[in-house]
Amino acid sequence: MTGRTEGAVGQRRIVVVGFGPTAHRLVETLAERGFDGRITVIGEEPRAAYDRVALTSYLSGKSVADLTYTVPDGVVTRLDSRVTGIDRDARVVTTADGTAEPYDVLVLATGSAPFVPPVPGAEHAFVYRTIDDLDAIRVASEDATDGVVVGGGLLGLEAADALRGLGLNTHIVEMNQWLMPRQVDEGGGSVLKGHIEGLGLSVHAGAGVKEIVTDAGGRVTGLVKPDGTLLDAQVVVFSAGIRPRDELARACGLEVGQRGGIVVDEGMRTSDPDVYAIGECALAHGQVYGLVGPCFSMAEVAADRILGGPAGFEGADMSTKLKLLGVEVAQFGAMAGALDVTYMDPVGGVYKKLFISDDARTLLGGICVGDASPYTSLRPFVGKPLPAAPADLLFAGAGAAGLDLPDEAQVCSCNNVSAGAVRTAIADKALTDVPGVKACTRAGTTCGSCVPMLKQLLEKSGVELSKALCEHFAYSRAELFDIVRVRGIATFSELIENHGTGRGCDICKPAVASILASLHNGHVLEGERAALQDTNDHFLANIQKNGTYSVVPRIPGGEITPDKLIVIGEVAREFGLYTKITGGQRIDLFGARVEQLPRIWKRLVDAGFESGHAYGKALRTVKSCVGSTWCRYGVQDSVGLAIALELRYRGLRAPHKLKSAVSGCARECAEARSKDFGIIATEQGWNLYVGGNGGFKPRHADLLASDLSTDELIRIIDRFLMYYIRTADRLQRTAAWIESVEGGLDHVRQVIVDDSLGLCAELDAQMAHHVATYEDEWRATIEDPEKLSRFVSFVNAPGVPDPSIVFERERDQIKPMVVTP
Amino acid sequence: MSWTTVCDYHVLLPERGACALVDGEQVALFRTFDGQVYAIGNLDPFSGAHVLSRGIVGTRGGEPTVASPLHKQVFSLVTGACLDDPEVAVPTYPARVAGGRVEVAVRPGLTEAPAVPSLSLVPQPR
Repeated sequence: MTGRTEGAVGQRRIVVVGFGPTAHRLVETLAERGFDGRITVIGEEPRAAYDRVALTSYLSGKSVADLTYTVPDGVVTRLDSRVTGIDRDARVVTTADGTAEPYDVLVLATGSAPFVPPVPGAEHAFVYRTIDDLDAIRVASEDATDGVVVGGGLLGLEAADALRGLGLNTHIVEMNQWLMPRQVDEGGGSVLKGHIEGLGLSVHAGAGVKEIVTDAGGRVTGLVKPDGTLLDAQVVVFSAGIRPRDELARACGLEVGQRGGIVVDEGMRTSDPDVYAIGECALAHGQVYGLVGPCFSMAEVAADRILGGPAGFEGADMSTKLKLLGVEVAQFGAMAGALDVTYMDPVGGVYKKLFISDDARTLLGGICVGDASPYTSLRPFVGKPLPAAPADLLFAGAGAAGLDLPDEAQVCSCNNVSAGAVRTAIADKALTDVPGVKACTRAGTTCGSCVPMLKQLLEKSGVELSKALCEHFAYSRAELFDIVRVRGIATFSELIENHGTGRGCDICKPAVASILASLHNGHVLEGERAALQDTNDHFLANIQKNGTYSVVPRIPGGEITPDKLIVIGEVAREFGLYTKITGGQRIDLFGARVEQLPRIWKRLVDAGFESGHAYGKALRTVKSCVGSTWCRYGVQDSVGLAIALELRYRGLRAPHKLKSAVSGCARECAEARSKDFGIIATEQGWNLYVGGNGGFKPRHADLLASDLSTDELIRIIDRFLMYYIRTADRLQRTAAWIESVEGGLDHVRQVIVDDSLGLCAELDAQMAHHVATYEDEWRATIEDPEKLSRFVSFVNAPGVPDPSIVFERERDQIKPMVVTP
Repeated sequence: MSWTTVCDYHVLLPERGACALVDGEQVALFRTFDGQVYAIGNLDPFSGAHVLSRGIVGTRGGEPTVASPLHKQVFSLVTGACLDDPEVAVPTYPARVAGGRVEVAVRPGLTEAPAVPSLSLVPQPR
């Protein structure tokens, strides 16, 4: 007796117990698919679901907000709330505070708990699963010197990386004879051990734990191994496997597995048809899945079933590719086979092995340590004929073997997307780039390891992935930038005569103008360059719908004196301009005719203003909150830094506009994370975020580096901007650029922080040149009669204003009247 | 055909436009890279603003063009046709360089033979 009828979906009440990533994926899927009943999620943590895969980044500077998922509108969340009982007959769950939550459909997403071996003193050890766990580890590490992680699997190495990051001498104790026994074999384990010991960590394989010892005050002093030897340590973290959280299910009589886990069918239904179980608490096909990809699939299957769909969970590929402690490790398919082909280089720290069927025709699986490049291209071939000779496959980087994936091959295991689905999306939606494929298929949006494969599918799809800028140049913007830089080209004519065809267009001319400006920084209206500029750059103002222009003087950091404010008001009044405050903390003056512009600039320049470059693909503003000078919460002088940055980068031409902001504390009043480069003050200095934007597709910036001094900050921003200017496509903002760079933000960090390409000196010199040669374009124009002569409405009647420009009035200001064509 | 002198030839920048007011008509003048001059209507038919003289001059498949500065539709300087929308065209006017000065003929009249070698004779508006 279920008490509901098909078609009454809209009225149903869904209660979800547990609020981790799997629960989030469930409610997100339900919301996306238009479920309009009531959804209540009950989580025992004091916060909404967050990305546990990225947990370690919390210790290296990411905030809780960075990791937290957005809860879909309309979903009711009850946080910090523990479910104590389920009454399946009454269909009600009860929480610790006595509240009863009735349900029509119940979803258990209670996750798992770290396994803590029952050894004396274990209660003094930590586990590594939640943000609260990490906070506790961080506090305990403050006056510790040594740490031990018990467990050398995937999570254990993650925890060891965290302890190392907290400055502890770190030991790893692993019961098995080698590290990561579920992913690699003995040979791979020994190569992995070499890498990890090379980083200064100690590996104790084949060892367990007998006891955690403490001093009289109950503080941990060490760990005793079964052989009686003592490891000195003040912090001990258990990461020795997980156990499904099935206690609620047991208590209410749902079927559970012998070794734990809530038994579900392929629709994720438990033994009670109104109760589903998903994620690490579920036992599907006799197995508990502890990886994010299968858990997300389960959530999607359950959502589909709740909505009346037929989806089924058919088990999942447990293949993994990850980078732990800087070492690439990958495993796919089977970990044994009749035949195997092994490559081992203990010096270079590379181990690769393929398992093959006894007839040497079928690929069964593989293991990679130190170089996981075969993973992406070979994983889809598991169970299929070998696409090439095994030795070639071992060395083929992704795509090098020229493999054609079968349609059913899974490309993205996190989101269960097949090669066929990607191909269909490319063809049906006419996709031409990786961001497009990500948006349409979700492939590549979780761990990102399949992005090279997506690129390859695009390239092979027959889609013309032309990098040509336009019909005049067969090069991308980045290639043209290099041609101009390396050959020292100074004019558009020289470039197009030698490297292009025709005489250019509205696409290539402004792009080349921007490249020339970035490299040489002369006046944008000098000589032939004037003809390359878009009308905004040509008139150093922003064209509006009726052919008039708006004028924005620079107000660095949004700080302005009363006297200057009065000048802006007087200029606006004198020229009858419409006045509006912008989002970038400055003032926009609208309705100026071409011939009025020089006189407006003259008034502004005389009062100490300069161009705000609101018209250019250039730095716009560096917005700021009031900062520590006035604000009782501020920890750094955000206004001072914003002004310094805006003056440093003013006039810098880029592939697209650049925006920035500085916040004086973590409250983030300047909205710095919506900017191309945003800075947020910390007690120790500054955190730098990059790749944010508002606009059509809003995006939060990601953390590039934390706790920087002002000098370090400026050096990194210098390089970030110059590397972007050098390598981005035309009209590609920083977010899209970072996404398009192979290796993403990590690669950018390696180039500009670690100098992995040896480019930094050049980038630094380029920025130094820009800063040294900056001049105000408005001033330079009004001081040059030849340039000034172009600012007329009519070449044969310089004093006559354009009669077609007329205004009406609205709210005491002018408003353009346009005759609709 | 009545020619109106609008400005000295050197006032026009190569590959850039300027606007002239001739008998109340706004005429967009362009000097292309090879030294030719062209004249078309300054009114952008897509936006209703008189702005075509401020667009970027270039070529499409060898044909000289200007792109509207507002929404970037490309027009042929030779025929006035919008190359992005075959339904739309702007008027063209005869233009020539005579004695170092640029002349345009806004009123339709008899077509004369070119008097100066460096002139460009463009078709009449449709």
